[in-house]
Amino acid sequence: MLKAKTILRLSFFGSIVAWVVLLFTDITVLYSDLKGLPPGVPIWLPRVCLDLFIVCLFYYYRYKIERDENLSFTDLLWKVFATGLIATVVSLVLRLLESLLGNTVLVSNILFTDFIYQINLALFISFLLAAFTAWKRLILYQKSKWLIRIWSVFEVALIFLLIYDGFHIILPETISTLTLVAIGLMVVVLSANMRWVAYLNFKQKWTCILLLLLSFFYLGYFIYTVVRLSDMISSQSSTFFDFNSHVFNLALLSFVLVYSIFSFLVILFNLPTSSVFEQKLEEVINFQRISQSIQTEQNEESVYNILLESSVSTVFADAAWLDIQSANDGHKLYTYRITERESNEIRDHLKNHHVVGALEQSSDRTRNLSKHLASLKGSRFRSLLAFPITVKNQTIGTLALLKELPEGFNKEMTRIVSTFSNQAGISIENFRLMEEAFQNERYKEELKIAKSVQKSLLPQTLEKNSDFEISSFAVSADEVGGDYYDTLRIDENKVALVIADVSGKGTSAAFHMSQMKGIFHSLAQNDLDPKDFMERANKALSFCLERGSFISASFFIIDKRSRQIRYSRAGHCPVLYYNAAAGTTTYLKDKGAALGMVRNKEYGRLVETRELTYQPGDIMFLYTDGITEAKDAKGEEFGYERLTNALKEVTTRSAEEIEKHVIDKLYEFSGTRDINDDYTSMTIKFKESAEQ
Amino acid sequence: MVHIKRIQEDGADIISVIGEIDASSSIELDLAIARSVGEGFRKILVDCSALEYISSAGLGVFMSYIEELREKNIPMVIYGMKEKVANTFQILGLADLLHITETREEAKSLANELSV
Repeated sequence: MLKAKTILRLSFFGSIVAWVVLLFTDITVLYSDLKGLPPGVPIWLPRVCLDLFIVCLFYYYRYKIERDENLSFTDLLWKVFATGLIATVVSLVLRLLESLLGNTVLVSNILFTDFIYQINLALFISFLLAAFTAWKRLILYQKSKWLIRIWSVFEVALIFLLIYDGFHIILPETISTLTLVAIGLMVVVLSANMRWVAYLNFKQKWTCILLLLLSFFYLGYFIYTVVRLSDMISSQSSTFFDFNSHVFNLALLSFVLVYSIFSFLVILFNLPTSSVFEQKLEEVINFQRISQSIQTEQNEESVYNILLESSVSTVFADAAWLDIQSANDGHKLYTYRITERESNEIRDHLKNHHVVGALEQSSDRTRNLSKHLASLKGSRFRSLLAFPITVKNQTIGTLALLKELPEGFNKEMTRIVSTFSNQAGISIENFRLMEEAFQNERYKEELKIAKSVQKSLLPQTLEKNSDFEISSFAVSADEVGGDYYDTLRIDENKVALVIADVSGKGTSAAFHMSQMKGIFHSLAQNDLDPKDFMERANKALSFCLERGSFISASFFIIDKRSRQIRYSRAGHCPVLYYNAAAGTTTYLKDKGAALGMVRNKEYGRLVETRELTYQPGDIMFLYTDGITEAKDAKGEEFGYERLTNALKEVTTRSAEEIEKHVIDKLYEFSGTRDINDDYTSMTIKFKESAEQ
Repeated sequence: MVHIKRIQEDGADIISVIGEIDASSSIELDLAIARSVGEGFRKILVDCSALEYISSAGLGVFMSYIEELREKNIPMVIYGMKEKVANTFQILGLADLLHITETREEAKSLANELSV
């Protein structure tokens, strides 16, 4: 395929070549006719050249005007106008030259007249074709199947006429008349397609009228010039192919003329109503602006401003205000050509006259309050319209529109602004929803951070003595959990263990957990009595735990030398202890209140230190309530008994295996690995010391 | 989900807690007790006979009122707890801090005793 630009150039070049050949052959034919000589070129050649010229020029305009997507209606008319202007100016310059030369032999020579005629004809045809192409675009602006068909038939008919002219085919009169009538009908039908006019605004309409008027002038001028010259030549030469006998040109001319007249009249009659159309268009645009105002970079304020602007411009209000009551910022007043004082005066006035629910937040109806304004002296406004703005069925503000004229608002305006304020409400609601979504996303991100912080608080390796094995397991629910366990070596014989559960979940639980870790690491190394440890931890936590929060914890010191476990329980789940020698399991339920329950000296009364001696083979299973409270499909809890049984099944195995078994049993019971809670366990299995 | 009912009997405010109390529903329990205190009742009884489950956050609510009620000299007695719920109170050591009885009659007489 050739590029559009190449075609454009080729067609232009072709038309020039065709025209030059046309000029010379026509002059030759005319000359030989005048002298009565046999012509040196065939008589039909000038006609064919004219056809070629027309076809080339047609393609030229087709690519120049029809394919240009960026042209607006006025641009199109402007192109036609400009072509006409150039053509007319060139023609007028020729005329000036002619008159300058005066009555010389050259001017009176018929061949010179023919030369002038051919130039004028070429200019005229190029103007007509430019107009033809432009009108085609206007007609086909809103196409339908039928319209395209009619247009194709019309073009085919024109091509037929061109061939008819070129080869001078003689047809019976009935057929030619019928063809002409058919073309005439098509011209009228096509000329009825004036939809583009509706899209012009007032100013554009005036421009179009002016351009069309000037185009009429060009048409008139050229018809006059071409017909006069053609008559002059044909009066002296019988073989001359004069303008009137060129049917194609006549058809083209009539089409361009008829459509121009139609357009002119339609635009003229549309002038008075164009402001209404413009207003409608503006409403649509304003409406779009409000609905599109929920983009991320915009805020509520810009929605309010757009609402105010749009409403004012749609109803031609003289002043307006928008009173927004927001939860965080209190009252906010957006005004347009009215001072805050004035608007307050009007509101006070209405209040004083007990206009119920008028401009108040509780009002949920559009109200025309003009009659109440009449009694306000000193105010320049005589019409007042108030609209509520609702978000999620809650009135968040009022839009008041004012006019200096009495009875300034009609029903149509009320309806439109009411739609605007509804849409603004929706926009605000969407905006808030989006804001919420962003907020949620941020929270999720924060939770993720908290979760990773929490994970880093749990120990990577556990301290142990040579006479016990230790293993731990921890899973936290989707949210950040509050389970904590840790170990610390006090000296070569003593190891401290802690397991704790912070009440509540989420970020605050993770913070408390880190506090617990700090407390454990600073207090445990002092080799405190477990009761003292709890008392001091309670005291420290009293200052940082919020009201209603507490931490349940168990603290152990395992002493290898004395084979003793000294421990204290502060509200934590009782430890499950397996005594290998007796083959029994017990839950060590001693008294002990959770840390933070009592935040004074009395706490000391509520905790105690207990001691027990361990033997090789004994097992100590520490856990959090996530394990005992895990539920099965029926809602039953795993409970203490199932835990005991699970442990009893594997007492001879290693700490790690015991733990795995218990967790497997837990999953088996709950039927899922996705238990919606934190669950943590620490298993200590005592054995013969490797050093002995 | 939790459902909380309040009835007044013999000058005492009886708060009936029905259902389960977890982190989110604990707010309702908190509100109920706060209202009872705010309305100036001198005796508060909490009926837990229909309480199926209580989480640590729910226990935190009871705990958070211990101090305040002691200062204002308002006895709060919890009664009728199911074994599982009682066990939760027991483990956390709240049983020693709160006044807990089995029946409503016991609760009433304990409240009367304490408010003297």
